[in-house]
Amino acid sequence: MVISVAMDSREGDPREWIEKANPTYVTLIDRFHRVAGLYHMVNVPQAVWIDEGGRIVRPTESAGAYEGFRKMDRTTLQVPEEVAKITADSKETYMNAVRDWVLHGESSQYAFDDAQRRAHLGLPTEEIAAAHVAFTLGQYLIQTGKAEDGGRLVQEAVRLHPESWTFWRQQAGLSDRKLASQPDFWQRVDALGDKKYYAAVDMKGMPQ
Amino acid sequence: MVTVLTESGQRDIPQGDGANGELWLPTGDVEAATGWSLKPEGFCKGAVCVPIPAAGGDKFRRGDAVNVAALWHHMGKPARHSEGGDVWMLGESAADRSAALRSLEAPDFTLPDLQGRMHALSDYRGKKVFLVSWASW
Repeated sequence: MVISVAMDSREGDPREWIEKANPTYVTLIDRFHRVAGLYHMVNVPQAVWIDEGGRIVRPTESAGAYEGFRKMDRTTLQVPEEVAKITADSKETYMNAVRDWVLHGESSQYAFDDAQRRAHLGLPTEEIAAAHVAFTLGQYLIQTGKAEDGGRLVQEAVRLHPESWTFWRQQAGLSDRKLASQPDFWQRVDALGDKKYYAAVDMKGMPQ
Repeated sequence: MVTVLTESGQRDIPQGDGANGELWLPTGDVEAATGWSLKPEGFCKGAVCVPIPAAGGDKFRRGDAVNVAALWHHMGKPARHSEGGDVWMLGESAADRSAALRSLEAPDFTLPDLQGRMHALSDYRGKKVFLVSWASW
């Protein structure tokens, strides 16, 4: 089954998305990005495969996302055709792998063995653990009317955990379409240079 | 009055005092607020007990109150408080988080859906779960 988790601190933000999608699967709302802390997630969409016994089969990884948006024309919002194809193919390859695992379980070629599972784990540093504490307290204070104190803590979380796009985009200004895609977002993406926005997925057929 | 946040929720402690970088809670409220309890062996949760250093003097205990912040730091866990100390967040350390992940047991959590119904990951034991993050922003 699918459990989707919205990393959304502001009450109400995910509502219209969920109502429009009207999903048949479980959709949860994580106002403190708690799941990101537990599974060391730093972006959306990221996924974890968990078997019937509650064991991690594939640790946190980009959920088939390809960073084709980086080649978008920022005026027309158009993506070159060949890039759009890589994006679509990545999603399809990844979703087919999920389906293969659902059907074949541990014998699926996409299910990691224990050594691979451990080798693919991303683990937090103490700075990242401290960042989650600052973020949680900061969001709680913002939600209870102490925006100044809370905002300061959220900024500190961003400083302590600069790889977290979920922290950064949560606190960023929004466009008319309510997306954290103002010029400061693009500046931050451009500053990545050769680094990935979505880490490559270690899977046959996925772009590396 | 102090509000104590942890990974698993929040608790208001009317007799708590979170000022001056210390978090003093009545002994009887400690378990409800933190999930850890005071036993003769020390500060305990499940099978784990952390001895309270006798050399700490009144840093950890004063009469019927416990300085949970000092104990938290003693355990190597991060904690932060609001400017006035009226809200505290007691977090988990990277070492504990990493050990949990290395065990390959999927860390459990409980979160609400849009209707406010609570769901735990462990409610879905017995099924394969594709856990996926997204956001409106």
